[in-house]
Amino acid sequence: MRTIRIGSGAGFSNDRVEPGIELLEKGNLDYFCLECLAERTIAIAQKEKTSDPDIGYNPYLVYRMKRILPAAVKNKVKVITNMGGANVEKAVAKTAEIARSFGITGVKIVGVLGDDIFSQLDRYDDCPIFETGGRLGDLKNKVAANAYLGCEGIVQALKDGADIVITGRCSDPALFLAPLVYEFGWAMDDYEKMGKGTVVGHLLECSGQVSGGNFCIPGYKDVEDLCHLGFPYADVSEDGKIFISKPAGTGGRVDVQTCSEQLLYEIHDPANYVTPDCIADFSNVSFVQAGEDRVQVLGATGKEKPSTLKVSVGYKDGYIGSCGLSFGGPKCFERTVLAVRTIEEIIQTYYDPAEHRVDIIGYNSLYPRDLDEGFPNGAEPLELRMRVAVRDDNRETLTMIFNEVDAFTIDGPANCGGMQRSISELVAMLSVLVPREDITVSFIEEVL
Amino acid sequence: MKLLEIAHSRTGDKGDISNISVIAYDIRDYELLKEKVTEELVARVYKGYCHGTVTRYELPQIGALNFVLTSTLGGGVTRSLRLDTHGKCLCSYLLDVDI
Repeated sequence: MRTIRIGSGAGFSNDRVEPGIELLEKGNLDYFCLECLAERTIAIAQKEKTSDPDIGYNPYLVYRMKRILPAAVKNKVKVITNMGGANVEKAVAKTAEIARSFGITGVKIVGVLGDDIFSQLDRYDDCPIFETGGRLGDLKNKVAANAYLGCEGIVQALKDGADIVITGRCSDPALFLAPLVYEFGWAMDDYEKMGKGTVVGHLLECSGQVSGGNFCIPGYKDVEDLCHLGFPYADVSEDGKIFISKPAGTGGRVDVQTCSEQLLYEIHDPANYVTPDCIADFSNVSFVQAGEDRVQVLGATGKEKPSTLKVSVGYKDGYIGSCGLSFGGPKCFERTVLAVRTIEEIIQTYYDPAEHRVDIIGYNSLYPRDLDEGFPNGAEPLELRMRVAVRDDNRETLTMIFNEVDAFTIDGPANCGGMQRSISELVAMLSVLVPREDITVSFIEEVL
Repeated sequence: MKLLEIAHSRTGDKGDISNISVIAYDIRDYELLKEKVTEELVARVYKGYCHGTVTRYELPQIGALNFVLTSTLGGGVTRSLRLDTHGKCLCSYLLDVDI
């Protein structure tokens, strides 16, 4: 029975680099997959690409590829990633350029295209927006539209001999499902197998989140050596046996608890996890500790894939930003509350932003709590920070409100400081469902 | 007893929807979780935060409950003005509940 080992090299764009490289070097992998494309990232990248056609791929592609390419070639590991973002063509060209600079030969880099349907979006003007029910054609200032592709394009790229596959928008599990379909010749309408491959992808797609990351509560759920956190891999056999593990000697832990948390991460109805390749059914998944940092995954299956694909539509929605100002020492809560009430009054008196909120970091910024309640048991905080967040079509409105906050250092309550601000153009996201047959996958390649 | 003593939890996000898992450390505590950690309790804990519905899914084989909260992330990750746009910190407040 053949077994394939797939490693997870990144779980989001800004993820750590070194644990992935350690896995690539020591993990005895067949495939190294990196998920680096959040929902909104691609729309922002699309917008950037309109001003500079040479960018739009993942901003850390160069840094990562410089580390990945020599190790992948040396260890004969194939690489699959969605770091192409909004510009797969340039991502492939850049990756080839880096490979050449290392003198790498005998490597085929394939880019999977077809997710970007912005140029034909007006065909769907009468389609309802999934989240709001409104008409897509009535949505203004659209800047990007990318379909979530399934594993098919990646599978084809591997069949064509790709050593490195770079995609734009595709479902996260597809990056991990594709090598299983390719290696084992799993039929893409064998939905039990698609469900098993999808649970592999789902457990691995957030890298360290299944191997001890986002997990430790000291004294309750202890995790050793987060500095050297081991990124996970899966051993999957042709008949669908799945084991999750991590390299020996690394930090972190892989056990029933870490796998259970990751199984439910970003899942709604566990029996109906909709992906482009199947509707995965995780409702009967269970875990068995099969060894130290090694867990067997049982019971995943799937149902027929949906007839539509989800398309994320990005649109410009003005500006969004926040600023903060700190207070410390005796009576800092009272002074911060005065600052909050004063800035609220200033905003209402002189400005009328589309939306704003004022919180106190250290008191009610993560979870609601009225200012009148005060700290539990009359506790005195050591320091607090007022945070003012604003959204408006007019950038100047944000700038002037944040100047008002800045001016508290001379015009507000006593002894505050540490003002910091940031303002950015807001690209918001909504989605539509389009017929699967409307989307055509194509490829570009560089052979070294 | 705080829920923290018998269960662990993680929050996930998609659009304006948050999901919060509650998983028994010891699977023998699952029935207790099922009895105590109801949709009503979760709706009460996130009052002022969740402006939609709360739905509970049960996974007895791993001793887990999964709660799905709609209209909870301030309009969605991409345009929320909240500090924690993804709501990643949310689950900690559920673990603070007395059961």
